[in-house]
Amino acid sequence: MTHVEPAPDTTGARVDPDTSPEGSSAVPGGTKRRNNLYTASQWRLMWWRFRKHKLAMVSAIFVVFVYLLVLFAEFFAPFHSSDFDAEYQHAPPQSLHLFEETDDGTRFNPHVKGFDYESDEETWRRTYTTDESEIYPVRPFVHGHEYELFGLITTDIHLFGPTDPDAPMYLFGADRNGRDILSRVIYGTQISMSIGVVGVVLSLVLGIVLGGVSGYFGGWIDSAIQRVIEFVRSLPEIPLWMALAAALPQSWSQVQVYFGITVILSIVGWTTLARVVRGKFFSLREEDFVTAAVLDGVSKPRVIFRHMLPSFTSHIIAAVTLAIPAMILAETALSFLGLGLTEPTVSWGVLLREAQDIPSIAHTPWVLIVPAVAVITTVLALNFLGDGLRDAADPYNK
Amino acid sequence: MTTAGHNVGTAGIAGDNVGDDVLLDVRNLQLHFPIRRGLMRRPAGYVRAVDGLDFVIRRGETLGLVGESGCGKTSTGRCVVRSYDPTGGEILYHGNGTQPADIAKVKSTALKQYRRAIRMIFQDPHSSLNPRMTLRDIVGEPLKVHGIASGSELDERVASLLQTVGLRPEYMSRYPHAFSGGERQRVGIARALSLDPRLVIADEAISALDVSVRAQILNLLQDLQADRHLTYLFISHDLSVVEYLCDRVAVMYVGKIVEMADTASLFTAPQHPYTEALLSAVPKPDPLLRDRRERIVLSGDVADPADPPSGCYFHPRCPYAQPICATEEPPLRDLGNGNSVACHFAEELDLRGVTAHTG
Amino acid sequence: MVAESVQTSASPELDHDSLLSVRALQTHFPLDQGLVKAVDGASFDIRQGTTLCVVGESGCGKSVTARSILQIVDRPGRVVGGEILFRRQRRGAGKGPDGEIVDLAALDPKGAQMRRIRGGDIAMIFQEPMTSLSPVHTIGNQIVEAIQLHENVSNREAKERAVEVLHKVGVPRAKQRFDSYPFELSGGLRQRAMIAMALSCNPALLIADEPTTALDVTTQAQILELMRELQDDYGMAIMFITHDLGVVAEMADDVVVMYLGMTVERGDVVSIFHDPQHPYTRALLRSIPTMGMGTRTRLNTIKGMVPDPYDRPHGCPFHNRCGEYMPGTCDQIVPPPIDLDEHRQVRCLLHGGAPSSGVRNEVNT
Repeated sequence: MTHVEPAPDTTGARVDPDTSPEGSSAVPGGTKRRNNLYTASQWRLMWWRFRKHKLAMVSAIFVVFVYLLVLFAEFFAPFHSSDFDAEYQHAPPQSLHLFEETDDGTRFNPHVKGFDYESDEETWRRTYTTDESEIYPVRPFVHGHEYELFGLITTDIHLFGPTDPDAPMYLFGADRNGRDILSRVIYGTQISMSIGVVGVVLSLVLGIVLGGVSGYFGGWIDSAIQRVIEFVRSLPEIPLWMALAAALPQSWSQVQVYFGITVILSIVGWTTLARVVRGKFFSLREEDFVTAAVLDGVSKPRVIFRHMLPSFTSHIIAAVTLAIPAMILAETALSFLGLGLTEPTVSWGVLLREAQDIPSIAHTPWVLIVPAVAVITTVLALNFLGDGLRDAADPYNK
Repeated sequence: MTTAGHNVGTAGIAGDNVGDDVLLDVRNLQLHFPIRRGLMRRPAGYVRAVDGLDFVIRRGETLGLVGESGCGKTSTGRCVVRSYDPTGGEILYHGNGTQPADIAKVKSTALKQYRRAIRMIFQDPHSSLNPRMTLRDIVGEPLKVHGIASGSELDERVASLLQTVGLRPEYMSRYPHAFSGGERQRVGIARALSLDPRLVIADEAISALDVSVRAQILNLLQDLQADRHLTYLFISHDLSVVEYLCDRVAVMYVGKIVEMADTASLFTAPQHPYTEALLSAVPKPDPLLRDRRERIVLSGDVADPADPPSGCYFHPRCPYAQPICATEEPPLRDLGNGNSVACHFAEELDLRGVTAHTG
Repeated sequence: MVAESVQTSASPELDHDSLLSVRALQTHFPLDQGLVKAVDGASFDIRQGTTLCVVGESGCGKSVTARSILQIVDRPGRVVGGEILFRRQRRGAGKGPDGEIVDLAALDPKGAQMRRIRGGDIAMIFQEPMTSLSPVHTIGNQIVEAIQLHENVSNREAKERAVEVLHKVGVPRAKQRFDSYPFELSGGLRQRAMIAMALSCNPALLIADEPTTALDVTTQAQILELMRELQDDYGMAIMFITHDLGVVAEMADDVVVMYLGMTVERGDVVSIFHDPQHPYTRALLRSIPTMGMGTRTRLNTIKGMVPDPYDRPHGCPFHNRCGEYMPGTCDQIVPPPIDLDEHRQVRCLLHGGAPSSGVRNEVNT
């Protein structure tokens, strides 16, 4: 026994000088950092926690980029979604060359090359080859077709494009009418992503109001709302959407159909959010700090808005982020089935609908792959972001 | 007087004594929760969480309410602050020389004025402070809501409250997660004090704290009582703390008071077998005593308040039970010295209390 | 490091009556906020068939110490130093000084040997029975499974033993209760069921982590009584973790006092309560209200709070709360363990270990 004792003794003595310089130098910085921590609001704590979720951070950056595309689609897209050129039906993706080989040597001149094609006599299918002699310079901030940004600023500047607006540039290929897939996907992003957001906002309003009423008052009101939610959720989603979408009048304009579709999607979407809100209200009602607020003499609205709501806004943001992809997929499904938006409106669903037939998948796969990749990456990014937000939503639970 | 009505026994006594010294007079307080079953949610029975309590709290004293989990002590406290609405009985609050008001029946909109006078300290210092609010907001909220202070005056008030409970005023802009359990409990106490209350309900206020911090908070509670003329209803399961802090103690078992006495009598000469068993069960911090004492180990579990036994609720576990105990419920009766007990055999039994030991 | 530990276990040096010896144990948690030294210098022995109480406040590392013994520390925690020597008896050989000595700290936490020891030689019960009992299986089946995991017995035999052990821990109508689910039992009965499960394989050591903290006093009294009886019957050693000094006085043969991951004092129960040597032990004993003291006496307090685990004080972890703090010494030197006699040890510079306190050291020892 006594034989063993010196061992911890020496380790104890050894540990001390080892840690002391580190410790003494770390203390002031550490104290400052801790002071920061002590006065950090929930949003700051959430941000610290979210930052550690690498995948969610990358997704967040991607999602921000996608929404920039939505806001400035006309600027980002080199062409308008309906610009067509019968010369270049089903033209394959071109590559963007940065350097031009001239007789004087190599010089920097971003450009695409022109096409030659032969038509098959029997199938009328065109086979494209690159025409090395035709060179169309590509530049940033070129003048193209005119558009109104947010309906306010009239301009014709595009992020990039061929210096000659009529030159063929199909970086991701062309569809059967010779329209640029890249531009169409960018325009489609605008419609699909905004449907997701508008639909979620609509369900959020319904969800918070009905879920809040349900959760705060309880009793028979709660029972009634819960039965409605159960009824709505018991209906099979796709047939319900199909029935409702089929009921939209043929005479409606594209804008009306757009809002019709968002309303249809929110009719189911709000139930999930209402349940989240109701559950949070129920658990918070029993929290001691809410009881304490009531005993402080705080009025009911103030209890709800000052003491309860801030405790789950973060959860709602996470739930909303996770609800957007469902909306996007639903819109895509409806449009794909031909029940949602139709030409000339461009959404991801509309684009995928155009890639429905086997020949186009076999011979012009870019018509399918480009919009499909757009849908998949965006939905994945939103899901990762939502997961990250959900994990960070309650920074007080370890 | 000893022959006064059974259930109203102590209420009668309290009525006689109602003078300047009574602050709160609770009569036949009941809190029954319906057990709902089936599709129509009709009550299939009731959980009698609180089942006819009578007690008074005198100005400046500390009344202890002890019992095991599920005995209704917490529900009682919640009824007094009207966090729960009692299903029966009266809670008469004697303000300053005015007519007593029955808190049990005041409409919830008119409660605000009583919520200034009767405050609560919670058990769990972690869940009772909103993690999303700074100390300034937590402690200042009642002042703001009652229109007592705002702006820089509010800051000053909060600073002085924090100082009163032993926290540095600079901490005002910190969030609760910056503090340990003991410090958080001090914040909870500051919040309770902010409205200058008359009566403070402390519900297991130190149970969740570390041993070395408990003593600090207990001393703080005592100092505050002396400085601010506070009256406490101290709810606890910890008998050693209750002995230390309380002037009188009420022991509860399954929604009823089984014994109420001044602290010294209750601990040295308990009159109810349940009190005796409780005292005996508390482990004494002296290893030399453990072989010398005969411990009473009760059999079985606490009765289910939804389906209590017949007669005396304690009889299935009582080592002294007689046939009458299973059939007739003993009323809480006065023993003539201001102490009361609900046991048929209180006079016959010679029960053991705690004696001061020389450690 | 590992090789070194294996070597020590090959040359066992364990007191003849010791079952388990924890030596200079260190369990650290590398967290984002910093390194938490949850256990940093815990040393104690558990003697065969006796009860050792580990007492301390929240954050003192008493639970982590217990979990380190069983190698079930939550991630990212890890045993980074020290030894946990355990005398492993052969099945059916009875409890005696013979048996192989293994260093649990050097075993693979997921390895076969550790899994056999866990639940077989060393069993653990927790504060909240519901966390260790499965809610979807009957308590009987859980006990049967525990028995069959460690011993090769038939279903029938295992069931008989399960009923027997349930009966033994005082579960009334054990045969019927065999088919009960944990949620159908009261808190006290659940705790009994968990003890039954722990005892089903006849462990040499039972680790009880605050087993009565969530219980009422009358139920606590029942469970403490039960544990004493079972110890007499089964002859196992108990490591009892608690913060309640009353429970320590009731249960302990030996006591270890921990503060911020360090064992600051150890000794037999009577010496700890009646002749405490460490200022922390003394302060702790003075700060608890004792029944029979009378009303309205003022309690002695320990100043300050238990420090933040990321912000451990320099030198002696207790120095900033200590009434006998020696500036320039206590805040510089981590006190080494000082043996007062065979079973008494204290880690306080008042008793030695400081360069200038040589005289005091002699006086005290």
